[in-house]
Amino acid sequence: MIHIAIKKRLHGSHGDMNLDVKLDIKNGEFLALSGASGSGKTTLLRILAGLEESDGFIKINDTIWQDEKKMLVPQKREIGFVFQDYALFENMSVLQNLLFVKEDRELALHLLELTELDKLKDRYPNSLSGGQKQRVSICRAMMAKPKLLLLDEPLSALDPNIRTKLQQELLTLHKEFQTTTIMVSHDPSEIYKLATRVIVLDNGIIQGDGTPKEVLLKTQGSQKFSFDGELLELKKIDVIYIAVVAIGQQIVEVVLSKKESIGLKVGQTITLSTKAFSPIISHP
Amino acid sequence: MFEPFFLSFKLASLTVVILFIISLPLSWYLSQTKSKIKPLLEAITALPIVLPPSVLGFYILWALSSTSPLGAFLEDYFGVKLVFSFSGLVVASCFYSLPFMVQPLQNGFQSINKNMLEASYIAGKSKIQTIFRVALPNMKPALLTALVVTFAHTVGEFGVVLMVGGSIPGETKVASVAIYEMVEVMDYKAAHIYSIIMLLISFIVLLSVYIFNAKHNRKFGFTR
Repeated sequence: MIHIAIKKRLHGSHGDMNLDVKLDIKNGEFLALSGASGSGKTTLLRILAGLEESDGFIKINDTIWQDEKKMLVPQKREIGFVFQDYALFENMSVLQNLLFVKEDRELALHLLELTELDKLKDRYPNSLSGGQKQRVSICRAMMAKPKLLLLDEPLSALDPNIRTKLQQELLTLHKEFQTTTIMVSHDPSEIYKLATRVIVLDNGIIQGDGTPKEVLLKTQGSQKFSFDGELLELKKIDVIYIAVVAIGQQIVEVVLSKKESIGLKVGQTITLSTKAFSPIISHP
Repeated sequence: MFEPFFLSFKLASLTVVILFIISLPLSWYLSQTKSKIKPLLEAITALPIVLPPSVLGFYILWALSSTSPLGAFLEDYFGVKLVFSFSGLVVASCFYSLPFMVQPLQNGFQSINKNMLEASYIAGKSKIQTIFRVALPNMKPALLTALVVTFAHTVGEFGVVLMVGGSIPGETKVASVAIYEMVEVMDYKAAHIYSIIMLLISFIVLLSVYIFNAKHNRKFGFTR
């Protein structure tokens, strides 16, 4: 069990704000931390890692990491941290990066095998792709068998195919090691696939806390589908209006009546929902 | 006949070793601190670059002479006389070449990705382990520049040496001072030989540094 109750005054890009987080996390939980940029997610992670100071209290199982009197240094917290920019030791090979954390060759080779990196173990970071680097970084973080694994937007710099693969690997690792994990992520599908619980942070304060389904599912009432999108174009054809909307990576066209089109402006964020009863799912 | 050269190289080697030990913690501190005294320390460190060597030499001479408290203390308790001696030259060179060691090291430390250092702390490694196993190996060009330029700069010093060391053969008469004296007594042949050796050594050393750095950058790229 991890108990967190911390406060910190932040000087962000949108002026000052107070980070004020009270949170209990069960052992083995996979927690996704979501929220707009500048809401204090990374700072919270860094406070947990001991890289940044704050007022308050952090306790993990029976060990106090931080209270009024003491602040445990990062070296003694037994955590894993995965940075968005990988932060691999460039002077060391893949295997050496892992062994630097702990001289446990067996575990290192096992982790590299799980993530299909065993053939690359003697390569140096500068010869690896972004996805490979991040896999090494994740393995490195697992080497200490951490009590808490912190992931700061680990996959956001990678392209969609690699993301999906790495999400699968994170899931595999979490199943095998049952490490309590906190991951900063903006990607709803990623959160849905990986997390058992979602925390939404807004301006330093927890605004949402629940299962991914409770927090992420946008539909209310009798709606079956509901998407947020950006209105790209609104054109009039004879008596009807056609709205072009960007939803995620897709562009869709929607037919509107004149009444519905009133008040819509190009560039606006809109919610598109439908009550279709039997959706058709196909795959290429 | 080449004794002044050996003396120059001995002086430069000792200076490099001593300055490396002193500058490592100093430059690390300067690269990591957000303290308000940082500009003050940086200004003091950079002073020898802008001060005339005679000013630096005069102060060192004054501080180390047996009439000053520090000089008297050293002579009474340790029996070392730092003025007009080789040890005195080493002390003077350490002041004179300090910025040439500190500045490249500080820049090197600053160029290291902070997350890489933090990843090392999280891996349980102390600051000292992090400096030697993560920071220094990832800033080889800066490290090499610091060592080589400090060495070359010490070999090339003249004003401070002349003031603090004088020109005692086998003790404080280094190559640069020897050349000055040869010219003074119009022994141009010897001056030519000495000067061309100095020129070639300096050129080869600097060329090697630049070649190494270019190779290193090509190999590791600069993504930062």
